[in-house]
Amino acid sequence: MRETISSTVPLYPAAADKLKFRGLLFAVAIALLILPKLFSSGGSLTTFSLVGISIIFSMSYNMLLGQTGMLSFGHAVYYGIGGFLAIHAINIIGTNKLPIPLPVVPLIGGLTGLLFAVVLGWVSTRRSGTAFAMISLGVAELVASSALILRTFFGGESGISANRTRLFRVFDWSFGPQVQIYYLVAAWMLIAVIAMYALTRTPLGRMCNAVRDNPERVQFVGYDPHVVRYLAFCFSGFFAGIAGALAAICFEIANSAYLGAVQSGTVLFATYIGGVGFFIGPIVGAVFVTLLSLGLSDLTAVWQLYFGLIFIAVVMFAPGGITGLLMMHRPLLEAGTLGRVLPSYFIAFVPTAAMLTGFIVAIEVTVHYAVNSGDDSRIKAFGVSFDAASRYVWAMSAVLLIGGFLVARRTWTRVRHAWDDATGAAREQGIPA
Amino acid sequence: MLELIVISTLNGVLSGMQLFLMASGLTVIFSMLGVLNLAHASFYMLGAFFGYQISRWFGFWPALLIAPLLAGAIGAGVERFGLRRVHNSGHVAELLFTFGLAFAIEELVQIIWGKSPVDFRVPPSLDFPAFTIFSTNYPVYKMFMLLVSVAIFTALLITLKKTRIGLIVQAALTHPHMVGHLGHNVGRIFMLVFGIGTALAAVAGVIAGPALVTQSNMAGSLGPILFVVVVVGGLGSLPGAFVASLLIGLIQTFAVSMNGSLAGAFGPLGAADEPTWLADIWGVTIAQIAPVIPYALLVLILIFRPMGLLGTRDT
Amino acid sequence: MSSAIELRAVEKRFGNTSVIRNVNLTVAPGERHALIGPNGAGKSTLFNLISGYMKPTAGSILLRDQVISGLPPYQINRRGLSRSFQVTNVFASMSVWENLRCAVLWATGYRYAFWKNIDNLPDVRQRTTRVLENIGLTARRGVPAGLLTYAEQRALEIGITIAGGADVILLDEPTAGMSHAETERAVALIRRLTEDRTLLIVEHDMSVVFGLADRISVLVYGQIIASGSPEEIRGNPKVKEAYLGEEAA
Repeated sequence: MRETISSTVPLYPAAADKLKFRGLLFAVAIALLILPKLFSSGGSLTTFSLVGISIIFSMSYNMLLGQTGMLSFGHAVYYGIGGFLAIHAINIIGTNKLPIPLPVVPLIGGLTGLLFAVVLGWVSTRRSGTAFAMISLGVAELVASSALILRTFFGGESGISANRTRLFRVFDWSFGPQVQIYYLVAAWMLIAVIAMYALTRTPLGRMCNAVRDNPERVQFVGYDPHVVRYLAFCFSGFFAGIAGALAAICFEIANSAYLGAVQSGTVLFATYIGGVGFFIGPIVGAVFVTLLSLGLSDLTAVWQLYFGLIFIAVVMFAPGGITGLLMMHRPLLEAGTLGRVLPSYFIAFVPTAAMLTGFIVAIEVTVHYAVNSGDDSRIKAFGVSFDAASRYVWAMSAVLLIGGFLVARRTWTRVRHAWDDATGAAREQGIPA
Repeated sequence: MLELIVISTLNGVLSGMQLFLMASGLTVIFSMLGVLNLAHASFYMLGAFFGYQISRWFGFWPALLIAPLLAGAIGAGVERFGLRRVHNSGHVAELLFTFGLAFAIEELVQIIWGKSPVDFRVPPSLDFPAFTIFSTNYPVYKMFMLLVSVAIFTALLITLKKTRIGLIVQAALTHPHMVGHLGHNVGRIFMLVFGIGTALAAVAGVIAGPALVTQSNMAGSLGPILFVVVVVGGLGSLPGAFVASLLIGLIQTFAVSMNGSLAGAFGPLGAADEPTWLADIWGVTIAQIAPVIPYALLVLILIFRPMGLLGTRDT
Repeated sequence: MSSAIELRAVEKRFGNTSVIRNVNLTVAPGERHALIGPNGAGKSTLFNLISGYMKPTAGSILLRDQVISGLPPYQINRRGLSRSFQVTNVFASMSVWENLRCAVLWATGYRYAFWKNIDNLPDVRQRTTRVLENIGLTARRGVPAGLLTYAEQRALEIGITIAGGADVILLDEPTAGMSHAETERAVALIRRLTEDRTLLIVEHDMSVVFGLADRISVLVYGQIIASGSPEEIRGNPKVKEAYLGEEAA
C-alpha cells in the first residue's frame, strides 16, 4: 500500500518527467502557433488575445491568493498602472523615434507594476487575512480616486490612447493586424506562465506555500513571513503589470476602468472559479470566465447577474473551483471506481437542469417586467424565444423550479452515497481520496 | 466662515451618525461571526430601494418600518442558508461569499430599478425648513434623520445592557473566541444578529434615500468608506466605530466645502495654463481630494496603529 | 561558552496576572534538561518566551551568552534555537517531504532564493532525506501532513524542529497523547536526534522525564522551586509536596 503512495512523489523529478514537461510545453507552443490558422476571424483573434491576457493576470493573482494565501481586492492597481505606463511609453517612443520595438513595451508595464508593488507592498503585506484584504481595498480606492484627480497622467474619464503601429519595427511587423497582436500576447503568455511555474519550484515559491498553510510556524524555521509575502506581492505586481500593458496594447487605450474595483473583482472571480489550489486553476478560470462573459453577453441582457450567481455557487458548493471538481475524481480514476459515481451524476443531471431552467426563465421574465415592461412580451434569452406574458410560461417556470428542486435534492443524496462508496473503495486500495 | 463651520459640523455629525448606523451592525457581526460582511452596504442600498418602492405604494411611514424588516429578513436568510454553509471552508471563503453577494445584489437592483437614480422624495410632512442659521435654511428632514439615528442608538444601548442577547453580544465583543461556547442555540443567535445588523443598515438606507441619491451604485460607493470606518475605529470595537464614524463624517463634509488648493495658497506655477503632472497636483482643491482622504487615513492608520483608534485586537 | 540557554530574572505578566515570576534557569551545553510542573504552571509560556513567540515583561534571556529576548522568532531560530509545539503545528496541505524541506531551506543558506530550482539542490535533498529517514516517515513522504496519523504528525513535528540543524532544541510535550508503545519509540527518536545537542523538554510522563533528562527543573505557579539531577529532584521534599506528592496521592 505504501509503495503506491511514495511512487507518486519521487524525491526529485526523474528525467522522464522533465521530458514530459518539455513535451507539453512544445505541444502548447505549437497549438498557440496554429490556432490563428484554424480560427482566423478578427473576432476570434481578439477573443484569444483577451483570454491570453486574462490568463497572465489571473495567474499573477493566484500567486497571492492560491500560493501565498493573501486575498486581494485591489490587484487591478498593478494591472492598470502597467497599462497606463505602456500607453505613455508607446507615445514617448513614437514621438522621439526611439529604437524600441513594441514587443518590449509589456516589460515596461511589468516593471511599473513591480515598482508600485515594491512601494505599496511593504505596508500591505505586514499582515495577512482580513487585514490584508482591507488594506488592498483601501489602496485600490486610493489609487483609483487619485487617478481621477491626476488628469494629465490618467486622462480623466476618457483615458489616454496611443497608436501602436508607429514604433520601431523588427521583421517588418507593424502590429496593426490583430493576428500580430495575438502572437505578441501568446508569446508573452507562454513566457509569463513558464516563469510563474518556475517560480513555484524555487525556495521562495515553496516558502510561499508554507506561509499560506501556517505563517506562525514559518517563523520557527527561520523565515520572516512578512518578507515572503512581500516578495510574492512584488512578483505578482510585475506579472499583473505585463498583463495590463498587453491589454493596453490590444485596445490602444488605457482608462480608469483598468485600475477599478470591477477589474479587481473580475480577476478574483476568474481565479476562484478556476480553482486557487492548483497551478492550472487560474488558466482554466481565465478561459472559462472570458469566454463566458463574451458568450453570455450575447445570450442574455443580464449576464452579469448570472456571473455573480455562478461565483456564489462556486464559493458555496465547490470551494476548489472547476479544477478542484475535476481533480477530485483523479483518485477514483486511479482506483477504477469512477464508474460507481457516474450513473448517479446522470440521474442528478436531469432534475438539476430542469431546476436551473426554471430559475433562468423566472429571472428572464422578471427582467422583462422590470426593465422593459412596455415592450413586446415575446422575449429571447439563450437563443430561445418565449412569451413573458404567458401564464403558461410562468407556470412552467414554477413547476420546473420547485419540482426540479424537490426531485434534485433526492438525487444529490444519491450522488453523495455513491461518492462515499467510490472514495471508500479507493481508500481501501491505498489511494488517498 | 462661521456659517460654513456650523453647517458643516451639523452635516458632518449627521453623516457620521448615518455611518455609525451601519458600522455598528457591521462591527457586531464581525465580533460574533468573525466575518467582515462585504455586502453590508448592499443591505443599506436594499433598504433605500425597498423604502422607495413601499413608500410609493403605502407612503413613507409604513416604508420606514417595513423596508428594514424585509431587508433584515433577507439578511437572516443569507446567514442561515449561505454563510453558515460556507463557514466550514474558512474565512477567505466567507469574505468571498459576501463579496459575490454584494455583486449579485447590485446587479439585481440594477435590473429591477435601472441604473439611473429613482425619484425617492422627502415626505411632504417633513419637507420644510426647521430653522434658519445665518442665511441657510436647515431642513427638518435632516433633523428627523438625526432623531431616528439617536433613537435607534438609545434602543440598541438598552438592548445591549438589559437583555440576554445583549449580554451575549457584549461578551462576544470582549471575548470573541468564547462565542463558540455559547450553547446549542448559537445558530439562532447568529442569524438574529446578522438579521438585526442588516436591518440597521437598511434603516440607514430608508432615511438616507430621500436626502441623498437613491441609485444602484450607492452600495459600491459607500461600502469601501464603511470598511474604512470599522478598520480605523478598530475591528470589533463599538466605541471605536462610533468615533471613526463621526471623524469620517466630519472630514468628508468639511473637505467637500473647502476650495483651497496649493495654487490658491501659493499662487499659480510658472506656466499655469500648461497641463502637466505638477499642475494637476498644484491646482487640485481640497474638495476634489475629499474622496481620497478616508483611504489615505486608512492606510496611515494601518501603518502606524494597526489595531485602529480604539481597538484592542491587532487586525 | 558557559551556558546554552540562560534566563535571568524573567517575568511575564498578562495584565495583572503574573504567569512567570522571577525565573532563573541555566541549561549547560549538551545537557538534556527537563522542565516539569503541574498544569498551568507556565511551562508553555516559558517556551514561548525563550523562542521569541512572546516578549518577557522583565528580565533577559541569553542564547550562548548573547541576549535574544526581544528578537522575533525567526532571528532566534537563525541563531540556532528551534522549538516544537504542544499542539501539532505543521504545514497541513503540503507533503511530509515538503514540510521537512521548508525546515531545511534557511539553514542550507538558500533563504528567499527565487532563481534556483528547488529540486536541483543536492544539499537540501540529502539533508531532507536524512531527516525523513531519521523520523521514520520515508514511506509516507508524499502524503499531505494533514492526513497523517497523530503519532506520525508528532514525529513530523519533531522532524521539522530538528531539520534546520539547530543545536539548542526545545520540545513541548512531544509524547502527549501517545500510546505506551508510541511513547517508547518517540523517546528513542528524541534520544537519537538530540545526540550532541542541548535539549530543553517539557514533559508530563515521569518515566520519560527520568529516563531522558540529565537535569530537571520544577516550575510551579510561574516559579522554579527546584533544579537538579533526577536523584536530587526525586528526593526534594518541596517537589514532593508541590508536585510529585500530589500525583502519588
